[in-house]
Order: sequence, then C-alpha cells, then structure tokens
Amino acid sequence: MQLVEEADAKTIESTVEKESSEASGRATGTEPVIKFDHIHKTYRMGDIEVHALRGVSLAIRQGEFVAVMGVSGSGKSTMMNIIGCLDQPTRGTYILDGHDVSKLSKDDRADIRNRKIGFVFQGFNLLSHTSAIENVELPMLYAGIGTAERRSRAQEALESVGLAGRENNHPNQLSGGQQQRVAIARSLVNHPTIILADEPTGALDSRTSVEVMEIFQRLNRERSITLLLVTHEHDIAEYAQRVVIFRDGKIRSDEPVLHRRDAAEELKTLPMLDDDDDDD
Amino acid sequence: MNILVIFRIAFRALARNKMRSALTMLGIVIGVSAVIAMVSIGQGAQASVQEQIANVGTNLLFVGAGSQNVGGVRSGTGATSSNRLTVEDIEAIRREIPTVAMASPTVNTRAQLIFGNQNWNTQVQGVNEQFPQIKKWDVSSGEFFTEGDVRTAARVIVLGQTVAESLYPGTDPVGQTVRVRELPFRVVGVMKAKGQDAGGRDQDDTAFAPFTAVQKKLLSITYVQFAHVSAISPEATYSAQEQITELLRQRHKLAPNEENDFFVRNLTDVAEAADETNRIMTILLGSIAGVSLLVGGIGIMNIMLVSVTERTREIGIRMAVGARSSAVRTQFLIESIVLSLTGGAIGILFGVAVSFAIPMMLGWRTLISLVAIVGSVIFSVAVGVFFGYYPARKAAGLDPIDALRYE
Repeated sequence: MQLVEEADAKTIESTVEKESSEASGRATGTEPVIKFDHIHKTYRMGDIEVHALRGVSLAIRQGEFVAVMGVSGSGKSTMMNIIGCLDQPTRGTYILDGHDVSKLSKDDRADIRNRKIGFVFQGFNLLSHTSAIENVELPMLYAGIGTAERRSRAQEALESVGLAGRENNHPNQLSGGQQQRVAIARSLVNHPTIILADEPTGALDSRTSVEVMEIFQRLNRERSITLLLVTHEHDIAEYAQRVVIFRDGKIRSDEPVLHRRDAAEELKTLPMLDDDDDDD
Repeated sequence: MNILVIFRIAFRALARNKMRSALTMLGIVIGVSAVIAMVSIGQGAQASVQEQIANVGTNLLFVGAGSQNVGGVRSGTGATSSNRLTVEDIEAIRREIPTVAMASPTVNTRAQLIFGNQNWNTQVQGVNEQFPQIKKWDVSSGEFFTEGDVRTAARVIVLGQTVAESLYPGTDPVGQTVRVRELPFRVVGVMKAKGQDAGGRDQDDTAFAPFTAVQKKLLSITYVQFAHVSAISPEATYSAQEQITELLRQRHKLAPNEENDFFVRNLTDVAEAADETNRIMTILLGSIAGVSLLVGGIGIMNIMLVSVTERTREIGIRMAVGARSSAVRTQFLIESIVLSLTGGAIGILFGVAVSFAIPMMLGWRTLISLVAIVGSVIFSVAVGVFFGYYPARKAAGLDPIDALRYE
C-alpha cells in the first residue's frame, strides 16, 4: 500500500487545458503512453454542431491507473472513443506510445486497436454462441497468431482472471462477473499498451464489482498495465490512482486519489453472498 | 487471418440458424438442379437427333412427286402425267448429275402379308438394289435382292425385323414364301433392326421388294412415287439438290414461271433443323432454370442483409478488437459463398439424380452435361459473390462505435 502511494505521487502528470501551447512543452521524466494535445471533437447532428471536446490536453504515463468521470454529455465517452482509436479528433494531436495516431486510416486504427488497446465494456460485449476461450482468442485471430499459440495465450489469460476450467463455457452459461472476467482476459491477450474499461462494473452487483476492481488493481500492480477506467460512481473511481473529471467537453479537475481503496483487502471483509463461482 | 478459420467461422454462423440457412440454400439447390436437369434433357434430345442424322446418312436426298405448295396455282390441263416421276427421271438423275452417287426409284403400298396362319399389315416399299447402300441399312440375314431381280420384276421380298418377328416368330424366314395380297413372294433376307425414327414410328415395320414387282404386280402402275438419292458426299447434297431440281424442271418442261411439280428434300437439312430446334430448346430451358438460380441469389442477399443487421453488435466487437474492414467483408462474403456453394453442391446431386430418374420415369433420353455442372458451380459461386458483396460491404462499412451501441 505504501509503495503504491509513492508511485501515485510520482506519476501524476496531467495538464488541464491552457490557451498557450505550454502544455505540450512540459518536461516530464518519461514519455507518456498517452498524450492528448488540444484535442477538439465536433459532431454535426442535423443543423447543429455539437462540440463534444473543446481542447483537451492530457498525459497518462506507463503503469498509471486513471479513472475518468463526468456526467453524460461531458465529453468523456468521446474522449474514450478517441483514446481507443475508435474515433478521430477533429483537431489536435494524439500521441499513443510515441506515435501520432490522430490522422490514421480506418485500417491502421483497427491495427492499433488490435495491438495496443484492450477494451472492457459495461455490457461485456462477448460473442454469444462462442466459447470463453474463443472469445479470448478473437483479438489474436485478427493479429494473425497461429492456432497453438492462440490457444496457450488465451488459456493463460483466462487463468490470470481466475477462470481456469471455464474455457468451453458459452457466455450464457457464465455469470455477469465471469463474463466480465472473460472480457478482461480478451483485453489482455495481445499485451496492449493500455486497457480501456468503459463502466466495467455498471452491470454488476457490488461484490462482483469489487472482484473486478481487484483484478484491475492486481494487473496494474503486478504487470504495470496502464488502465483507463470510465465510471460515474465515485466509490469505483477511488480504486484508481488518479481521477480526471470532465465537464462540457473540458477537463474540470485532474487529481490524485487521496484515500485509495484496495479491492483485495475489501474482499476479505465482504461476505460471500453470490454463487458466482459455484454455479456448476 | 487464415482462410480455414474464416470458413470455420462462416460454417458456424450458418449452423446457428440451420432452418434459415437451409431455406436460403433451397433457392440455389432448385436453381442448380433445374439447370442441370433441363440441360441434360435438352442434350439428350439433341443426341437422339444427331444419332438419327448419322443413321439416315448425311448425304441423303428425297425426291417426291407433286408440288410442296399444294393448292398453289397450277395452270394447264392434263398435268397428271407431268405430275409424276418416271423411272426414266430417276435414271436421268443417276446418270447425268455428277454429284449423285446412287438413286433408287420408290413405290410404296400397304399390303397384307400372310404366312401360314399369321398375317401382318405393313408398308411394302418397292426400291432397287442400291437402297441398302443409300440408306446405310444392311440385312441381318439372307441377302438383299439383286439388280437382276429388279430387271425381271422378281417376286422376292426382304422383311423388316418387326414383320419378320410377327410372321415367323422364332424361325428364320429366309427361303420361306410369304403371300402379299395373295401373291407368293420368296423371302430372301431380313433387314437389321433400325428402331424408331424421329417421329416415333417403327422403322422396322416394313418390307422391301423390287420396285418393278410392286409397280406391276401389286399396283399396276408405271410411274414412281418417290426416289431415294444419295450424293457423293455430305457437302455435295446442296449442289445435288439444285441440280436435281434443274434437271427435273427441264425434263418436265416447266416454264420459268411455273412451280415445281415435284420436291427435292435434303434430309440433312431436316435433321439439322430438328437439331437446331433442340439446341434452342436447351438454351431456353437452361435460361429459365438460370432465372430461378438468380432468384435464389436474391434470397441469399436478402438473408445476408438480415444477418448483417442482426449481427451489428458482433461486427462492432470484431472491429473493436482489431478486425479490419476487409476482414469483416471477407467473413460475410465467405458466408454467402458457403451458402451458395453448398446449395450448388446439393443442387448438382439433385440435378444428376433427376437426370437419371427422367429416362426411367418418362422414357426421355437425358445426357448429363459436364459443362452444365461446371457452369452451375461457377455460377453459384458467382451468385454468392455478387449477391453477398453488397451485404458484406454494408457490414464492413459500419462504424465500430455505432455498431457497439446497436441494440
């Protein structure tokens, strides 16, 4: 715990949007894995232009665990879509892992998503009618990895989220928590630069939510995986090291979490209410 | 991505909706099997006609008395004598036209043939000794009558297979005497079986005697009704036809404005016309069947469009984890090709089975065409690609964010 807090203090590095170009010029110890420089995003909905992002600058370093908060319409979803290379900024530059990805083609973005980004969604977004292990193999399929390696890496990823023995279960044979863990395994399997979790606990009960956060904290701590967590629940955001709050397309605040929660500790005190893992 | 993996995904996606996939395929199955069955019926008919052409002999001409234009203007009286062909006309054709190899005057009559307590009513054809060569039709036992028999109007007869079997069941008629209209004729030979002609008539239900004997002893006439003529080669039939017409007009002293009082038919023409008719029928039947294949393709497109809409979320997931547009497009295209190709394969089996069943059930001859099989395989893949492309492109063009949000 002590160690984690020290890390927190060191890695905090964010820039609330400034009108000058100083933001990008700020010297940091190591290059951030994600660097947003005056990102703008404008949608056209019929006749009206919607300014979803109005100049966002942000830097996230390797191994950080950042929570992104904000009410709906604050721009956080747009921001996550751009970070996840699902969308492109209208203006500004986005450097991911040292490469400018703000103006890539659709196919290049697909490749970036495949190699550098892992997604975890609120609704799990697993392929139904497809076994857990095959869901986990999916990103490797598009990365062109051979059958044997695909199998062993998927197996390993499932074990790391505590789903050994569930490889051949289909999503409808798994509980919500288990499905989300399959999704986490899928996000891990191509060794991404960053994992984006969009309301990962939104569809889960409180104990299962803590279990999922425990996995995230463990992955972050043990493998120093960079994590970006979108949530609207303050208590979930407190599992992260740093909270960025959006409002009206801008970053309103960007602060470290002072009293960080430890999911592993909490799990010890929580009673086993659900039968998540005992349904067979 | 490995093509085998894509195929496996496609098969699995299709297996998920078995009923729907089967019904979609049915369109292609019906289309392909219809094409194959129709083409094999058409080709069977064509083969039959071609066989008959070969049977008849491709250099055969048929000369007959009377104008083809029955009821046309025939000026002058007493045209009856010039309306007839004479033995001399036929002799002249044989002698004077270089492209004519052989000619046989022909007089036909129906007569009752009696042997013992058996009788048989048949067509007795009076011909000369060249007839077997002209028609490429040999005797199976005995001999055909000779030039001497023709000259002396000998009462000899050669029986067709059907007649021989009817009058002399189980025995060889050669050397026996048969009564034709109460006159005794000596059987000198039996023709080989020839089977049915294009009109379905039994060509073996006939008997041949010297035309002189038929003229004098059975009909009491001096003219001839027809002539079988053979040209020196298949190519020569057309010039022979013209030259015979020219010669007969001269001999019958027809003025340039008068119509022919005879006809010269080129049997190759007749056969080729039948062949052409069959070919057109084959193309027509095949095309109609092809339209049903097209309709099957539209069915595939319809289902693929439904499938793309239903699986929008799946497409979004695949794109989010890194599937390129081309990978999504390939996946849906392969699914549609698998549908059409599987349908095509079943259709081939079905079509071939039908082609085998038709001869047994309807007695029609069929000829399974390899071209039709290969063609329908190619066509069904083309249908899959063509009708699968639009839905596949639609899937590939989806925006991953919208697709993920799709409920």
